[in-house]
Amino acid sequence: MDEKTLDGIIEKYPYPAGRTLGILREIQLQERHIPMDTLKLVSVKLEVPLSELFALVTFYSFFSLKPVGEHLITVCMGTPCHVKGAEKILETLQGHLGLSGDTQDGKYLQTTPDNLFTVEIARCFGACSMAPVLHVDGDLHGYVTPERIPDILEIYGWKR
Amino acid sequence: MRIQTSEDLDSIRKRGLQKIQPGRPRIGVGTSSCGIAVGGIALYNRMHKIIQMKNLDISLVKTGCIGFCKEEPIVSVNIPGKALVLLRKVQEDDAERIISLALEGDVPSDLVLCKISDWDHITGNLVYGNGFDTIPEYGEIPFFAHQKKVILRDSGLINPEDIDEYIGIGGYSAAYQALTSMEPDTIIDEVKKSGLRGRGGAGFPAGLKWEITKKAPGEEKYIVCNADEGDPGAYMNRNEMESDPHMLLEGMLIGAFAMGVHEGLIYIRAEYPLAIERLMLALDQARTYGLLGKNIFNTGFDCDIRIATGAGAFVCGESTALAASIEGKTGRPRLRPPRLTEKGVFGKPTDLNNVETWCNVPVIIAKGALWYSSIGAKGNTGTKVFSLVGKVDNIGMVEVPLGTSLHSIIYDIGNGGAQGKEVKAVQTGGPSGGCIPVRLFDTPVDFESLNQVGTMMGSGGLVVMDEDTNMVDIARYFINFASGESCGKCVPCREGLKHMLLILNRIIAGKGTREDLDLLRELADTVQKTSLCGLGQTAPNPVLTTMQYFKEEYDALISSEA
Repeated sequence: MDEKTLDGIIEKYPYPAGRTLGILREIQLQERHIPMDTLKLVSVKLEVPLSELFALVTFYSFFSLKPVGEHLITVCMGTPCHVKGAEKILETLQGHLGLSGDTQDGKYLQTTPDNLFTVEIARCFGACSMAPVLHVDGDLHGYVTPERIPDILEIYGWKR
Repeated sequence: MRIQTSEDLDSIRKRGLQKIQPGRPRIGVGTSSCGIAVGGIALYNRMHKIIQMKNLDISLVKTGCIGFCKEEPIVSVNIPGKALVLLRKVQEDDAERIISLALEGDVPSDLVLCKISDWDHITGNLVYGNGFDTIPEYGEIPFFAHQKKVILRDSGLINPEDIDEYIGIGGYSAAYQALTSMEPDTIIDEVKKSGLRGRGGAGFPAGLKWEITKKAPGEEKYIVCNADEGDPGAYMNRNEMESDPHMLLEGMLIGAFAMGVHEGLIYIRAEYPLAIERLMLALDQARTYGLLGKNIFNTGFDCDIRIATGAGAFVCGESTALAASIEGKTGRPRLRPPRLTEKGVFGKPTDLNNVETWCNVPVIIAKGALWYSSIGAKGNTGTKVFSLVGKVDNIGMVEVPLGTSLHSIIYDIGNGGAQGKEVKAVQTGGPSGGCIPVRLFDTPVDFESLNQVGTMMGSGGLVVMDEDTNMVDIARYFINFASGESCGKCVPCREGLKHMLLILNRIIAGKGTREDLDLLRELADTVQKTSLCGLGQTAPNPVLTTMQYFKEEYDALISSEA
């Protein structure tokens, strides 16, 4: 993220309440991860030690320091999704995309070698009526079944 | 324009009513997050295009969610003078015929759900009209018949992106009344008398918390709305904010005035982009009308409300962690006291209430404490919104008086298990709650009764489980969740939950022993009694309740190996 864009974001937060997390949220949304260089820049501009910012982005699950692929798939792991087979949805996705189930630092985030897809999990995004759900680049897909997953992936350029 | 007098408010109200009943056909498309995901926005855009291209005399608006999620996308059609008709499962391709029939004063009969002849918005009453004799009334649909809508009074009927419509059905008149003709202490008394208890889960009397905050020494104070809604399986608050954001702002404005606070914050999850967007818009509109800012209603009272976003940490539902998060710190709870009312955000006295608690305030002021306390049960007044989800037939957002039995919610409203399966249990209170077996479904849903059966109200998620659900797996699911969300500050929670998880994994793998069950119970007891905050103290509940009510499922896993 260039300095001017960052300044634009920081300007939107003149008040201390909610400021730091608000700024980080916008960086995360724009870059789809928190680039280390940007974090360093934020540290200088907000006069907050980098170690503190690092603590924040590793504490809160909304942030990620790792870049993601072209399309980001978030699988909801909330209770209604769980009882309706979210585990199976995640496994099926991993199977089709050839991703491992390994977590790192308590976080699941895996990217395909061609960088087309990244799969992550979320606690619950409150779309429980359509469980199980996932979203791809922010688009919500509800009532997902393992059988429907290839169709969903194809929308985003996956080839069977 | 700025609203300063009651005449100003009246003129906007007339304009708002004109928008709701414009004297020409009005079509409302349900566009909360769930409605959008099943095609609501595509449908809205298609209709918009048709209406523009043909230059048709039809009013098209986005509405919030009426709560019958299973039937989304839901579209409302109002022909002037006739009953408002709700259409169900509307597809993009239905756009053309809905519009052409509306112009002829009709609706597509194959899509009809029900009709609404008149509607009590509580702050105002709307008469739509008659007609459509063969279509059932709203109150004849079982899903709606057993509900009482107080919080959801406007949801799905007004356009949440237009403040005029909220004012049109009587919105902000309670705030006007409170600020111009009530003493702050009278307002607090009224809220106390109403019996309103915190809807975040703990049920602390709201009026009392207001009073404590007001009396706390210091000039600078905060009121905060907890919109972090972290319980998996709960989405009431999202819906309330997406469908009727001004209801929340009005509640906070009244509270701010009563407590003499000038700064309000809404701490909302980053995972709710649409709710954030609609709240931002609502805040802008309220500021434009002078309902927030300086000298509100010409009374000399100043107040503004701002948004602070969370970033995905369940523990931030704990009050001290939430305050830390607003300050830009990691959300790790600290010992209480001092409570937030004494030392909250940036060390200032802070009143923290859940979204739904705030949403109750305008009707309490508009209709009075006596009216409010006649709803619900003694000591548990008012209604509560629940997200009825999981393996239940009628999935949706339901609102019932407190004290309604689980049976009534799950069978009368929910129509029992999905796909004809047998319901086995219901999970309430999220990761802090427990699983209640079907034989205890007579339990009234109120703060105390739920505690007695080992669970809690929580924010209002009701996850139904059926014969196919393995209760030991559910216990493991929640312990895994709580363990992952533990902030790591205190040992019982950080280490205890981890070891409970290991034991549960072992049991599910068929390698558990009797001793494991004893150890699990002992650990649960320790974590419950010695954790620093509510997250750890309540995390064992799913294990304890499943061990109590579904012991045979644990036994089966143990004996299979032995």
